[in-house]
Amino acid sequence: MPINYYLFLAIALFSIGVVGVLTRRNAIIIFMCIELMLNAVNLLLVAFSKMHYQQAVAAALPIANPGVEGQLFVFFIMVVAAAEVSVGLAIIVMLYRNIHSVDINFLNRLKH
Amino acid sequence: MQASFKLAFLIPLLPLIGFLINGLGRNLLSKRVTGVLASGMVLFSFLLSLQVFSEVREGASAVISYFDFIRIQGLQIPFSFQIDALTSLFLLIITGVGFLIHVYSTSYMHDETDASFARYFAYLNLFVFSMLLLVMGGNYVILFIGWEGVGLCSYLLIGFWFKNPAYTKAANKAFIMNRIGDLAFLLAVFWIIIKTGSANYGEVFSFITTNHGTPKFTATDITIVSLLLFVGATGKSAQLPLYTWLPDAMAGPTPVSALIHAATMVTAGIYMIARSNVLYSLAPLTLSIISWVGLATALLAATIALRQYDIKKVLAYSTVSQLGFMFLALGSGAYLAAVFHVMTHAFFKALLFLGSGSVIHAMGGEQDIRKMGGLAGKLKVTHATFLIGCLAIAGIPPLSGFFSKDAILLNVFVHNPVQYGIAVFTALLTAFYMFRVLIITFYGSFRGTKEQLHHLHESPWVMLLPLVLLAFLSIAGGWIGIPAVLMEGADSLGQFLSPILPTLSHPISHNTELLLMGSTTLLVVVVIIAAWFIYRKKAEPPSTGILRVFENKWYVDELYEVIIVKPLTRLSAFLREWVEPRLIDGLVNGVGRSVQYTGRQLRFLQSGQIGNYVLLMVVAMVVILFVQFFIRK
Repeated sequence: MPINYYLFLAIALFSIGVVGVLTRRNAIIIFMCIELMLNAVNLLLVAFSKMHYQQAVAAALPIANPGVEGQLFVFFIMVVAAAEVSVGLAIIVMLYRNIHSVDINFLNRLKH
Repeated sequence: MQASFKLAFLIPLLPLIGFLINGLGRNLLSKRVTGVLASGMVLFSFLLSLQVFSEVREGASAVISYFDFIRIQGLQIPFSFQIDALTSLFLLIITGVGFLIHVYSTSYMHDETDASFARYFAYLNLFVFSMLLLVMGGNYVILFIGWEGVGLCSYLLIGFWFKNPAYTKAANKAFIMNRIGDLAFLLAVFWIIIKTGSANYGEVFSFITTNHGTPKFTATDITIVSLLLFVGATGKSAQLPLYTWLPDAMAGPTPVSALIHAATMVTAGIYMIARSNVLYSLAPLTLSIISWVGLATALLAATIALRQYDIKKVLAYSTVSQLGFMFLALGSGAYLAAVFHVMTHAFFKALLFLGSGSVIHAMGGEQDIRKMGGLAGKLKVTHATFLIGCLAIAGIPPLSGFFSKDAILLNVFVHNPVQYGIAVFTALLTAFYMFRVLIITFYGSFRGTKEQLHHLHESPWVMLLPLVLLAFLSIAGGWIGIPAVLMEGADSLGQFLSPILPTLSHPISHNTELLLMGSTTLLVVVVIIAAWFIYRKKAEPPSTGILRVFENKWYVDELYEVIIVKPLTRLSAFLREWVEPRLIDGLVNGVGRSVQYTGRQLRFLQSGQIGNYVLLMVVAMVVILFVQFFIRK
């Protein structure tokens, strides 16, 4: 499959994520949109990794594991994202306990 | 011969030690300790100077370098002393007259509190130190240190009674006017260093002698350097147009006037020009400017002195006038005569000032001669010594003033007969105003209050002793410079100074010389007799016509007030009232206000709406990416 398809898909996912973050007020949905953006990036990394592998094989370059770094990155990002999700959800739970809502527009007390 | 001047560094060091002890311990030391310490230090310096003098008489001279004062790439200025005939002569004058005045001061200043008594002597010792540094310095930079030091001490001592605002104003005036000259002096030193690469006298003068006229040191350079040095001298030595500080400097204690503003500091300019005689001999234009400035100063100050009533003011203007004579001599190329007159003038003018101090002391602080009169009976010693001082300054043979003034007049006659005529006229004025003061003060009937008459007393012996010694010097001081026409080979001063200053030779026949000498002396005697008959009996009538101009000092102070002080204060007022609040404050406050305004506007960005923040973040990232990919190449 050409790389372009992956790129378009990733851009679409990322844009949906951005628009979601900007327009929604529910903290959980915003959180999901952030995850969506992260995974759009993951998708890009995997796609490019595959592309580089194919190019290296086609050109018969003497490289041990071509394109493996991208996939490594993806794993790292998934691990970090999992940790981040647990912290983020904990914050949202605490938020709900305090203000009985997960609407971010009630969060403007941070400025004081 | 270098080794023989081993102790020379002690000559300025001792007064410095005296200054430190008296200055730091002014609250601890008693008057007796302070006075003895300060006078003793100067006495030791005098004894060392005598020893140096005796060695110099045998032909010794040396440049002693102690350490590097300034050392940078391409320029080395050592802290060095140059000891030769000129220096040793000035050393004797400064420490000798200085010692007598210190002794006199211990009695004159006795009414001061312990602390201010010590402060006075500390300043006086610091002055002696600076003056010695000035004449001993082996290059223009060390000379400049002394030059500034004496200016500082002059300021401190004029403003000694600083609680009186008029006195502090006089001190400021002296300091500021000296600054004008000092700036020119400093520029001259820089010019010399740039051109010759050195500030040491020996190197500078040999450079100038070998290179003058060549592109290395052109005629223009010589004129500029010599003129700048001369402007420096006009400040320090009170010549036109910077002389007005000296009469005001009489605000200081009288012994200070005697030491600083008559005998030593004001002659620093003459010392400096005599020291630079190699340079000046190559600058005929500057010399003629010097002679005319000196002559104009001498005449102007003498006319002012004719109608002053403050005894110290008369002496101050007389000093300005005599300094003018010295500059006239320098301008005529008669460096030797100028130095000779510096010496005799130091004797008789210090004597006159100390005498006036004795009178003021007896009168309880009164300085107006119109309120004195008939003091001769009560103040016998003061009167006798003051009379000797007057005879000496008037130029009656065989007193010292006669020989030095005659040497000047003779050289001026050879140089320029027109100037000679004016100079003789000025000399007659000198005799007239001095005897006017003498007669009004000491003869006739007493015009002060009963209380003052009752208080009237001769000063204690501590004050009279310096008077008597100075009177002796005023009589005999001139005998070392007797011209060949009167006694062959008696001009020991000329022989002594011949390694440094060009000796005087003139094409005048002995008969002409004797005629000039005799006629001048005769005229002086006539003028003295005239003064006697004018002031013997009746009081002076109010001034009219030109005499009013004299009494008001030619309105020079008023003129300076109008053309310099007023515009300057008006400019400062303009700066203060307009530029300061509108321009400077506007600028400074404007910066603050614009920051505040921007901050107020930017505050609205921080809304607390997370959506807004995220939107801004996204917009910013889009902008950054846009810039990254499409604009930056």
